[in-house]
Amino acid sequence: MIDLENVAYSYGGGELLSDISLKLAPGSFHFLTGPSGSGKTTLMKLCYGALLPTSGYVRLFDTDVRALTRDDVAMLRRRVGVVHQDCQFLDHLPVSENIALPLHVSGRSRETQSADLDDLLQWVGLTERAGALPPELSGGERQRAALARAVIMSPDVILADEPTGNVDWDMSQRLLRLLIELNRMGKTVLVATHDLSLIRATKAHVQVRVLRIANRRIQLAGADL
Amino acid sequence: MKAAVLKLLRSSLQSDVQADRVVPPSGFTAQLTLFAAGAMAFLAVFALALSLAAGRLAERWGDELARSATIRIAAPADQQQAQTAAALRILETTRGVDRARALTDAEQAALLAPWFGAELALDTLPVPRLIEVIETKEGMDAAGLRLRLAAEVPGAVLDDHSRWREPLVKAASRLRLLGWTSTVLIAAVTAAMVTLAANAALAANAQVISVLRLVGATDNYIAQAFIRRFTLRALIGAAAGMVLGMIAVLLMPRGDDETASFLTGLGFQGVHWLFPLLIPPLAATVAYIATRIAARRTLEGLS
Repeated sequence: MIDLENVAYSYGGGELLSDISLKLAPGSFHFLTGPSGSGKTTLMKLCYGALLPTSGYVRLFDTDVRALTRDDVAMLRRRVGVVHQDCQFLDHLPVSENIALPLHVSGRSRETQSADLDDLLQWVGLTERAGALPPELSGGERQRAALARAVIMSPDVILADEPTGNVDWDMSQRLLRLLIELNRMGKTVLVATHDLSLIRATKAHVQVRVLRIANRRIQLAGADL
Repeated sequence: MKAAVLKLLRSSLQSDVQADRVVPPSGFTAQLTLFAAGAMAFLAVFALALSLAAGRLAERWGDELARSATIRIAAPADQQQAQTAAALRILETTRGVDRARALTDAEQAALLAPWFGAELALDTLPVPRLIEVIETKEGMDAAGLRLRLAAEVPGAVLDDHSRWREPLVKAASRLRLLGWTSTVLIAAVTAAMVTLAANAALAANAQVISVLRLVGATDNYIAQAFIRRFTLRALIGAAAGMVLGMIAVLLMPRGDDETASFLTGLGFQGVHWLFPLLIPPLAATVAYIATRIAARRTLEGLS
């Protein structure tokens, strides 16, 4: 699905990531961890074509990202659901329309019945808040709305960057259960987090692999977590 | 060409309402775009009126007046009658002359009345006789006619009006050129203004654009949302400006045939009244192209 080969990325100053090789197989569940500023977000962005590697190769669905046109990237994002730590919405539209936005921009709004949207709202527990505007939501509600928006197109891959960064323990457990459920439905999941207890909690339910970024490189973390 | 433009406009304007809603409504700047488009259309109506009126004038002076000439017979009173008859005979046999006739005393008095007043008794003055010559389409050989007149009618002077006609035709043509240049400039300013407004809107909606990109919107989808807005604003603003401009032209004081001059003739005639109707669709097209270029350029700079 997502395949990184000897990837390096440097900002103006110096190299942030180097010699990264990574393969996300279909149906796998990966955690990405590491100290803040170590490049977790940058690695996530490389995985959905928001950044191009300085050197090495990134292949998304067997296509080199450098060969993608802007429209190709748009099409690709319909197959990759992304949840940011600071999720952004269209603040003038209600939550339900924000969640359905990927369907509208891909011209598929007519195929999907509103019943599906209701199911999805129920699944993330936002049925009551469907008519609210995004600025009125709490941190946890925003994260769940972002997750619902990320999965409404039934993508093959879910990338979540610190999805539990702004929420309390109970809420992070709820979000995690949603991600585990998606993984059981066959979706590939990559979650960036620095919360080790979250990783431990997940291990009890599903087989996960933990990747750690240290010294600009990526390592497979031991089973001791 | 026009059908293609209309089709293009229709396809970009009729997409679903949802696509329009993804960009938040903007109150004040929208009204500025409407106002500027309206003002430009208002000016365009006058530039058009000026161009068309100057064009008519140039045509009349260049064409109609070119086909008329005057012969002045200035001879002692006892010979005037004979020389006039001789000149008319020559004109009858001159190629390119459609018809020629001597003006009557009453007509000459009417021509002089503006200068001397109506009470003047013309027969007390040695007024030369005027012969009006109307040429055929092919025109006559003025130099040849002059030679013949010089030989047979010593008191005759041929005036084919070219001396005062040429600078007027030149001035009218230049005025027409200025009018069209103004029209083109107005279109260019409209494009510049829409580009500025579109760039401001794109910059103000950076978060909207990044959200749309994240959920898989193509550049085309995002651009359309902006293009539709500015095209519609330009269309509506220009339509209002055009209507006001046409009303202003309609209300211009009009001279009758005798007092008609360039200033009172500044307006539209006949089918030319349809020309200003082209301003709103043209303004919309200009806005469409300008927004499209601005949106493309902005979007290509984003990830």
